[in-house]
Amino acid sequence: MLQRLSAAGLVLGGAAAAARVRYDRGDVGVAAPRERPQTRDHRVPDASDLPALSVAKNESEPEALVRKAITALGGMKRFVSRGDIVVVKPNIGWDRTPIHAANTNPRVVAEVVKLAYDAGAKRVVVTDASCNEPNRCFQRSGIWKAAYDVGAEVVLPAEHRFRGMRLKGEVLDEWPVYTPLIQADKVINVPVAKHHNLSRYTAAMKNWYGSLGGRRNRLHQNIDVSIADLATFMQPTLTVVDAWRVLMRNGPQGGNIADAKEIRTIVASIDQVAADAYGCQLIGRSAEEIPYIRMGHERGLGTMHWKDLRWVEV
Amino acid sequence: MSIRVLVWVRRVSQAGFLALFLYFLFQTGFRGSFASAETAVRLPLPVEAFLLADPFVAAMTLLSTHTVYRGLVWSLGLLALTLVFGRVFCGWICPFGTLHHFFGWIFPSRYLRGNKRVESNKTAPRQRIKYYLMYAFLAASVAGSAIGGLFDPICIAVRAIGLAVIPAVQYVFGVASFVTGQAGVRPLQSATDVAQDFLAQTVWQSKQFYFHHTWFIGILLVAVLFMNRVIPRFWCRVLCPLGAFLGVFARFALFGMEKDHAKCTDCNLCLVNCQGADSPQGGVKWRQDECHMCLNCESACPEDVIKFRFLPNRKGTITKPDTGRRTAIASAAAGAAIVPAARIADVIDANYDHRVIRPPGSVEEREFLERCIRCAECMKVCPNNALHPAFFEAGVEGIWTPILIPRIGYCEHSCVLCGQVCPTGAIQKITEDQKLGLGQKPVSIGTAFYDQGRCLPWAMATPCIVCEEFCPTSPKAIWVEEVTIPRRLPIASEDGKEPEMTTVHVQRPHVDPSLCIGCGACEKVCPVQDKPAVYVTNVGETRSKTNVILLEDTNYNRPG
Ligand code: SF4
Ligand code: SF4
Ligand code: SF4
Repeated sequence: MLQRLSAAGLVLGGAAAAARVRYDRGDVGVAAPRERPQTRDHRVPDASDLPALSVAKNESEPEALVRKAITALGGMKRFVSRGDIVVVKPNIGWDRTPIHAANTNPRVVAEVVKLAYDAGAKRVVVTDASCNEPNRCFQRSGIWKAAYDVGAEVVLPAEHRFRGMRLKGEVLDEWPVYTPLIQADKVINVPVAKHHNLSRYTAAMKNWYGSLGGRRNRLHQNIDVSIADLATFMQPTLTVVDAWRVLMRNGPQGGNIADAKEIRTIVASIDQVAADAYGCQLIGRSAEEIPYIRMGHERGLGTMHWKDLRWVEV
Repeated sequence: MSIRVLVWVRRVSQAGFLALFLYFLFQTGFRGSFASAETAVRLPLPVEAFLLADPFVAAMTLLSTHTVYRGLVWSLGLLALTLVFGRVFCGWICPFGTLHHFFGWIFPSRYLRGNKRVESNKTAPRQRIKYYLMYAFLAASVAGSAIGGLFDPICIAVRAIGLAVIPAVQYVFGVASFVTGQAGVRPLQSATDVAQDFLAQTVWQSKQFYFHHTWFIGILLVAVLFMNRVIPRFWCRVLCPLGAFLGVFARFALFGMEKDHAKCTDCNLCLVNCQGADSPQGGVKWRQDECHMCLNCESACPEDVIKFRFLPNRKGTITKPDTGRRTAIASAAAGAAIVPAARIADVIDANYDHRVIRPPGSVEEREFLERCIRCAECMKVCPNNALHPAFFEAGVEGIWTPILIPRIGYCEHSCVLCGQVCPTGAIQKITEDQKLGLGQKPVSIGTAFYDQGRCLPWAMATPCIVCEEFCPTSPKAIWVEEVTIPRRLPIASEDGKEPEMTTVHVQRPHVDPSLCIGCGACEKVCPVQDKPAVYVTNVGETRSKTNVILLEDTNYNRPG
């Protein structure tokens, strides 16, 4: 009798304790605590004696252009310290080969990886969250092989590599973010400059679309604000815009060789807004025409008046 | 060699072939490589090899198409093996058979011991069912349908393991590693990450695959595996049409059993261990067509009654299947009747379902049904999880044939993998150039349509055109019309007046049907979540001369 009573008491007590611990007041999502955004600022302090933006032209190889542009900014050592884990983020969005210029040129990516290693990086990770099927994008863009050949770790966007983060932007509140980009010491953005039918021009700031998981197809309803939100969340150490071949129309994925034009330019900058403001001229646009560049400027992420910066053409 | 050693050789062979089968199945998917950007994407291994060696598949498609498709000539090898050794395939090679063998062994029933087991291992009339099924399916092939693939053991193994077991295990694993991730213990997290990476590179793809209605395929697998508790190797003895097919040819085998009835003490140890229920016991004739050649009986026999040898004495042997002629004819007739019965049920010509989007390279629907054996190789290999087993979308006859469900996955522009693995040519081995239409008309599998009542720029004055961004053709099949249109401000104005108006600039998408290839990328990415605002149906598919809308054609010989 006593035994039974105490057993029943235990069960009841246990249930009550469990209910206390897991008590749900039903206010989920009603009064969500105002937490600070988990932004990622990877910038290095500005150096007043060195340029903030460099444009390299007139070389017969993309590798030489990359070297020239980064040397003009003071060399990779300005950005990468010994022992850093560096993430290089090209655009590997589409199942297209290099000639279509829909993804970053593999030779540009490989050169950036090399420079980062030369500057003392411990590990260089090359990765992106693709739009088309990732295995195909990584292989057919040529980036997998090119990056692997120079010793980079190529990481494919498997589903388990995304973690919910608080972006707390105007339209992007919480979103699954690609973890390699969060865990890096330094982030080098290596976008390709190209036409985009909705946002008109894409390169540096829009490249952060590739750091998101989830259903990012909804972002197009407010593409400019979401790009600005992303650029607020993620501030790279360095931006290297590949404009070796540029997709002039039918962007962002192209598909016709005739849509791309050889421009043979590399733009490097510590200011992603300025890099986009310069780059959009390559497809015949001006920064004023492109709302997300203006928003980035207004939010103080950088300047759309790139000429006001210390800049060089080499 | 002693018989015990041979039994062990058999077990090693079974395990090896099962492992090879699973390895091929795991490799049925594209995982990328360091190959250069221009290398054509192909699978490095002949992952469909088990199906190519399957003579039942070859026979069905031979009867329906009067041709032997490419790699299917390999099945002659298996036939030759059967002509020499009998149904060794069943006992030594068949991965599905091994699975049954294995399950019967690790999950034996408490009730299936001693005498009960002896009883269930005796030859029973139910074993004729598989012959009737085989006749029915061969007759159905003659009538124009390879529907027998539903019952082919290799097809079942690929389908059930590939579409149900592997994704389910992956799902459980994903949930488990999410939970360990939540726990926030660093070493545990990185260990699961390493495990995830390893499994994504070896066993499954890096994303979770979902297959339309595979619960049913999974349940059937569990059910037939469960039957081993009641009747050992129930599937192989009673239902397997491939086993029956090999049984028919086993009569010529040069290798077989010889019994010395005089020495038999009726201990029935042979029956306790028999896999094929082929009457190894003394006093009755051995049934060669049922024997799996597993050699268990010889190894179990304490009196040396049973001997397997070349050119045995045939006196105590029945070589032919024990099926009545009338029933055989009746079942064949029934099989042949399936086809018209299924086809008058409104599918192919009269009321063709718009959801039957066949993979690129598929042959015309009638011929498709003559060839597709429902093996699910194509669904397993599709890197985008676009292909799914149909339920009743393609009619009763089309159950488990592949259809593309764009909402789950679209057809990747440069991919031709499904045609590469299809063993029967239902999906032809096309090249990238053919598919993309370089210098020729591209392969179209359907056409996209806008639902302007749901499409955001059309219906809600909201910018979008993700569909246009993803449309892979060049020039894009989706073009946009720039408009400035009124939009009501979402704020109520004061004193009961209508809210104020503003204007917005949007791009309204349109499909150019002569350029659309029906890949479904637009439907996949449409942000209108439940019922997409752009959707693909099969009309305009290249493979059909009748399922068309437009008369004009486009010149595809443009450079580019
Ligand atoms: S349906 Fe398309 S993406 Fe899927 S395997 Fe076939 S060709 Fe590849
Ligand atoms: S179409 Fe698919 S299911 Fe049908 S035989 Fe070919 S690979 Fe197998
Ligand atoms: S189905 Fe959609 S994405 Fe594919 S070609 Fe047609 S319009 Fe373009």
